Amino acid sequence: MTEPALCIKNLHKTYDNRVTALKGISLDVEPGDFFALLGPNGAGKSTLIGVVSSLVNASSGSVSVFGIDLQAERSAAMRQIGLVPQEINFNMFEKPIDILVNYAGFYGVPRELALQRAETQLKAAHLWEKAEVMSRTLSGGMKRRLMIARAMMTEPKLLILDEPTAGVDIEIRRGMWKTLQEVNAAGTTVILTTHYLEEAESLCRNLAIIDKGTIIERGPMKSLLAKLDVEGFVLDIDGALPAVLPRIANVDLSTTDSHTLLVEKPRDLPLNALFDALAEAGIKVRSMRNQTNRLEELFVRLTGKEQAA
Amino acid sequence: MSNPNFTAFKTIARREVMRILRIWGQTLVPPAITMTLYFLIFGKLIGSRIGDMGGFDYMDFIVPGLVMMSVIQNAYGNISSSFFGAKFGRHIEELLVSPMPNYVILAGYVAGGVLRGLMVGLIVLGIAMLFTHVRVPHPLVMLSTILLGAIIFSLAGFVNAVYAKKFDDIAIVPTFILTPLTYLGGVFYSVRVLPEWAQTATQANPIFYMVNAFRYGLLGENATDVSIGLSYTVMGVFVLGLTALGMFLLKRGIGLRS
Repeated sequence: MTEPALCIKNLHKTYDNRVTALKGISLDVEPGDFFALLGPNGAGKSTLIGVVSSLVNASSGSVSVFGIDLQAERSAAMRQIGLVPQEINFNMFEKPIDILVNYAGFYGVPRELALQRAETQLKAAHLWEKAEVMSRTLSGGMKRRLMIARAMMTEPKLLILDEPTAGVDIEIRRGMWKTLQEVNAAGTTVILTTHYLEEAESLCRNLAIIDKGTIIERGPMKSLLAKLDVEGFVLDIDGALPAVLPRIANVDLSTTDSHTLLVEKPRDLPLNALFDALAEAGIKVRSMRNQTNRLEELFVRLTGKEQAA
Repeated sequence: MSNPNFTAFKTIARREVMRILRIWGQTLVPPAITMTLYFLIFGKLIGSRIGDMGGFDYMDFIVPGLVMMSVIQNAYGNISSSFFGAKFGRHIEELLVSPMPNYVILAGYVAGGVLRGLMVGLIVLGIAMLFTHVRVPHPLVMLSTILLGAIIFSLAGFVNAVYAKKFDDIAIVPTFILTPLTYLGGVFYSVRVLPEWAQTATQANPIFYMVNAFRYGLLGENATDVSIGLSYTVMGVFVLGLTALGMFLLKRGIGLRS
C-alpha cells in the first residue's frame, strides 16, 4: 500500500497567547497530487504549513511524510520536503548561487553536486545571469523564483508553497504555474496555498478549504465545483437597459450601470433560455464573462467571506 | 558519500568564514587597531612607568590578557550578530526546516565564532610580537586555552542571540557584562595587587581563569594567580553548561520556533 505524501491526524495548535489556530485538522495528500489548501486570512493555513515544515510546534496530533513520522524521525521526514514560504527568507547579502549551494549543503548535499544542481535550477528559473549578483538587487518576481529554485535544490518528493505568487505580475505568475506543472509532472507532490483562486482552479486536482482552524470542505476539485448550483455572469448590453428589468424564473438580475447586467442563474438552466428571455425583453447582449471564477464562488459560499484565501 | 551532517556543519562554518572575510573591515581590522593602541598606550607609554607586574615587564604581562580579550570579544560578537542577523532576516528558517540535527546548527555557528576568535587572536599575537619577545613555554596550554575561551564565548553569544528580540539586545551583554568582566578579569593587572575582598570577588569571574591559563601558556607558571588545573576545570564546566543550555534552547525552539 502506498503511503500518503502527507498524512495529518487530529492536529491541534494553540499559541502561547492562547490563540487556537488549528482545531483537530486531519488530512491526507496522495503522492503525485497537486493539492490546494485554501482559506481566508487567519484560517490556519500558514500554521498548518509551519507545523509540517517544523517551524511551528504542534500542541497535539501527528504528521507523517511518505509514512515517516515527523516527531519520531524529523531528519528523515524533512529530507522529503521542499518549502517555499510566504515571506522572503534568504540572506539578502548573499548571491543566488551561494544561497542555493548553501541550502543544499544544509541538507547534506556535497558542494560539487550542489554547484551542478544550482546551475540547473538557476537556468530553469531564468536566473542564471543573476547568479553572482547580490540577491537584494533582484526584483520581487526574481526573488520568488529564487525561492522555488532553492526548494528544488534538494529534489524534494513533497513541495509545499505558501502563496508563492503573491505580488507577482501575471506574466511571471503564469511562468511560475508552468514551472510548477512541470515539477508536478516529474513526480513531485505539490501543496499550494494561494490568494488567487483561479490559480488553484487551474493547477490543482484536489483541495481542502480550511476556516477557523478546521477543514470545512475537501475533495477533488471537479466534484467540489460540481456542487455549485448557481453561477454568475456579467453581460455587456448593446444600448441602454430598460428602466424595469424583465422577470425570469429562478434568475436574479441586477445592474451596475445602464449598459451592464449582472446575472445569477441555476447551473441547470441553459444559457439559450436566458438569452431568449432577454431578447424577448428587447435586451441585446454584446458580450459576456464569468462574474467570478467557480472556485471563488464555492469559497465564498463555504466561508461566507468575500475576500478570498 | 560524505556524511550529510558533516557536510551541513562544513556549510555553516564555511558560510561564517566567508562572512567574516567579506566584511573584514568590520571583523578583522578594528581589533588589530584597538590592540595596537593598547600596546602603544598601556604597554609602551604608561607601562614603562609602571615597571614590573607579577614579576614580568608590564608590556609582556598584558599581552596574554589583550589577546584573550580580543578572542573573547570577537568570538562572542561573531555568533551573536550572525545568528541574530539570521533570525532577523528570517534565513535562520533555512536551517530550521532542514534535516540537520540541532547539534550541527550549534557546532556550525560555534565553529564560525571560534574561527573568527582565532583569526583575530593570531593577528593580535602577531602585533604583540612587534612590541615584545614572549617565549611561549607551554604552547599546548596556550592553544587549548584560546580554543576553550573562544568556544565558551561563542556559546554565550549564541545564547544571547537566541534570546535577543532586537539588535539592541545583542549590544547590552557585551557593553554591560562582557566588557566589565574582561577588564576586571586580570587583563591589565595581577589579582595580587587587589585588596582581599576584590581578590575573592575576582574568583567568580570566569574570564579571570581564561586570562590566567593563557598567561600560563605564554609566560610560564610564575605569571598566574590561580592554578592551571582550576582554570581548566572552570572552563570545562562553562563549555558543558553553555552547550547544554544551547541545545536546550534549540530543542525547545525558544526564540526560533512558534
